[in-house]
Amino acid sequence: MDRMKKIPVREQNADERIKNFNEVCLGYSEEEAVNEASRCLNCKNPLCVSDCPVSISIPRFIQCIKEKDFKKAAEIINEASSLPAICGRVCPQETQCEGKCVLGIKGEPVAIGKLERFIGDWSRENNIDLSVKSERKNKKIAVIGSGPAGLSCAGDLAKIGYDVTIFEALHEPGGVLVYGIPEFRLPKDTVVKHEIENVKKLGVKIETDVIIGKTVTIDELMQEEGFSAVFIGSGAGLPKFMGIPGENYNGVFSANEFLTRNNLMKAFRNDYDTPIKSGKKVAVVGGGNVAMDAARTARRLGSEVHVVYRRSEEELPARREEIHHAKEEGIIFDLLTNPIEIIGDENGWVKAMKCIRMELGEPDASGRRRPVEVKGSEFIIEIDTVIMSLGTSPNPLIASTTKGLDVNKWGCICASDETGITSREAVFAGGDAVTGAATVILAMEAGKKAAKAIDELLMNK
Amino acid sequence: MYKILEKRILAPNIYLMDVEVPRVAKSAQPGQFVIVRVDDKSERIPLTICDYNKEKGTVTIVFQVVGSSTMKMAKLEVGEYFQDFAGPLGQPSELVHESVEELKKKNIVFIAGGVGTAPVYPQVKWLNSLGVKVDVIVGSKSKEFLILEEEMKKEAGNLYITTDDGSYGNKGLVTDILKNLVENENKKYDLVVAIGPMIMMKFVTKLTKEYGIKTVVSLNTLMVDGTGMCGACRVTVGGHTKFTCVDGPEFDGHLVDFEEAIRRQTMYKTEEGKQLLEQQEREEGHVCHVGLGGEE
Repeated sequence: MDRMKKIPVREQNADERIKNFNEVCLGYSEEEAVNEASRCLNCKNPLCVSDCPVSISIPRFIQCIKEKDFKKAAEIINEASSLPAICGRVCPQETQCEGKCVLGIKGEPVAIGKLERFIGDWSRENNIDLSVKSERKNKKIAVIGSGPAGLSCAGDLAKIGYDVTIFEALHEPGGVLVYGIPEFRLPKDTVVKHEIENVKKLGVKIETDVIIGKTVTIDELMQEEGFSAVFIGSGAGLPKFMGIPGENYNGVFSANEFLTRNNLMKAFRNDYDTPIKSGKKVAVVGGGNVAMDAARTARRLGSEVHVVYRRSEEELPARREEIHHAKEEGIIFDLLTNPIEIIGDENGWVKAMKCIRMELGEPDASGRRRPVEVKGSEFIIEIDTVIMSLGTSPNPLIASTTKGLDVNKWGCICASDETGITSREAVFAGGDAVTGAATVILAMEAGKKAAKAIDELLMNK
Repeated sequence: MYKILEKRILAPNIYLMDVEVPRVAKSAQPGQFVIVRVDDKSERIPLTICDYNKEKGTVTIVFQVVGSSTMKMAKLEVGEYFQDFAGPLGQPSELVHESVEELKKKNIVFIAGGVGTAPVYPQVKWLNSLGVKVDVIVGSKSKEFLILEEEMKKEAGNLYITTDDGSYGNKGLVTDILKNLVENENKKYDLVVAIGPMIMMKFVTKLTKEYGIKTVVSLNTLMVDGTGMCGACRVTVGGHTKFTCVDGPEFDGHLVDFEEAIRRQTMYKTEEGKQLLEQQEREEGHVCHVGLGGEE
């Protein structure tokens, strides 16, 4: 065994997987996990931990895997995170824990994410109950939104004895974990449902079909229903469009609509009622993880797919692993290309998209080189479906129906990074609702920090 | 799970249901809608709220069978449950923001087409409860498909009924009635509220534009979540893209791009039609009066 190389992880091959929605990555076997774990140097001052947003005791759980004590490994992860099978799959480990692994300097870092996932999956398959019961505190807390921020906040508060109710607008809890990230990256019925069940086992109640700001307001929850504190983890679910001509032709979707139909409503399955349309030739506009998810979904629905992105490959904001998978699956990247108009046929269906070539100019405030239009380089690509994946911003509904809750100019709720404290007393917020679209693990971190701050507030009352 | 307390057949393929859903009933206002889902495999379907009872905690919906999902709904019986019933969604009718004095000064006519009579009813009833009498024009395919006539009669000032085939009331379209009222009977209206098939609302707004009467329409676009996260329901109003589910469903009819709205409604028509046909074939002897259009 070469200590400098990761134990490779088994995957469905590309020709096969574009015909199904099953998970691409098959994960480690016990033997593979133990071998990978034995690569860890068990550093005295582990840098991996410092770059894990929820500070999982990484070397400790990896040593347990090496000793084949998987249950102990699960307990160690559970001290910091209730969603290992999810985070092990969707965290951008290359810029977090694995990015700091000492082995990564000369070789490949330890596959921390795959090991975490192994333990999450092993716990589920072996029915390990990690719920801890503590003395009940007689205080009710409302958590708005059942995405990663809400789930982690609710889980942590329930662990220390609070009576927690999560309010979810959709019919199924999980937020982006159920409507956004596709099955082939994150299986719903096994992984997501199970980890949500674990949060429920801690005593957390989940009320679905409740739209805060419409069904009931935060003020009503606090004044009439006896909630002592509220955590807002409502995410950033409002899609952006480009504002170019032709965007309302039939066949133009937001990535949110396309993915919601497919993931939450299971439109790809014949036994579900919700329809979906993916054309012969699809253009996905954008270059983030959501764009990759939409492109790979359209590919599985039988389309030829082009990712249209205005900068170059180097600037693609999606994870390298996802771009690699997308390419393997035959997705074509039209880089340095920006749409300027969508063209419809006589019946109002998309038939083409007018684009312009771009070149990279000087770096902008974010340090990325600014794309500039090349004059006179307009050209037409024939396509019949466009999926706009330009990012999302927070839904204004909660802020607009909650008196005294401050938002910034992007519609993000103003809250402290460290505590989630907002401008309203006993109202906390975290995750994408505060930062704008970010990652699952950062939302979980915000949920954890807010849970701690909520406990401190209520203990001092 | 949300229990069905009452079920009535108002007309062939048009059903009324009272559903126990206390949180929605408590917050509901005229003009808003709900999203329902029958079971685990069903679509999310938007339906305008037709009535609500805050004490009993019930919300009334009226729907017409136009596809496989509404057919599933029609099969639910009293004592059975909707898997999901979320709301109230959308903006309430603008009228709820006006004072009773202002409302009393106004001459308002409501125009309802087909199953659109159901969402018109709570608004007329709510205005009547404030002492504001409004005129109501109801259009229907035929006598058989006319709904809520008795209920409406009790709440409306004047009720004008017209049928396409002349089997009841006047023969003709709702726009013929409005034309007659304005041109021959000297009615002076300050506001028209039209709810029904897109094509009806389009022709109402065309006529009222000539008269210069402010017209509000309630758009029945395709929807998925109904909370503003996807844009499936987007429409162009006054040159700007709006999401019907959060900015509407009511808009200034003279600013709505109806061509686009009608076209966007047909996006999944073939899929819906196909599924409906398949289902009907499976059901022996089932006679369905509905075409695949889904509008009328």
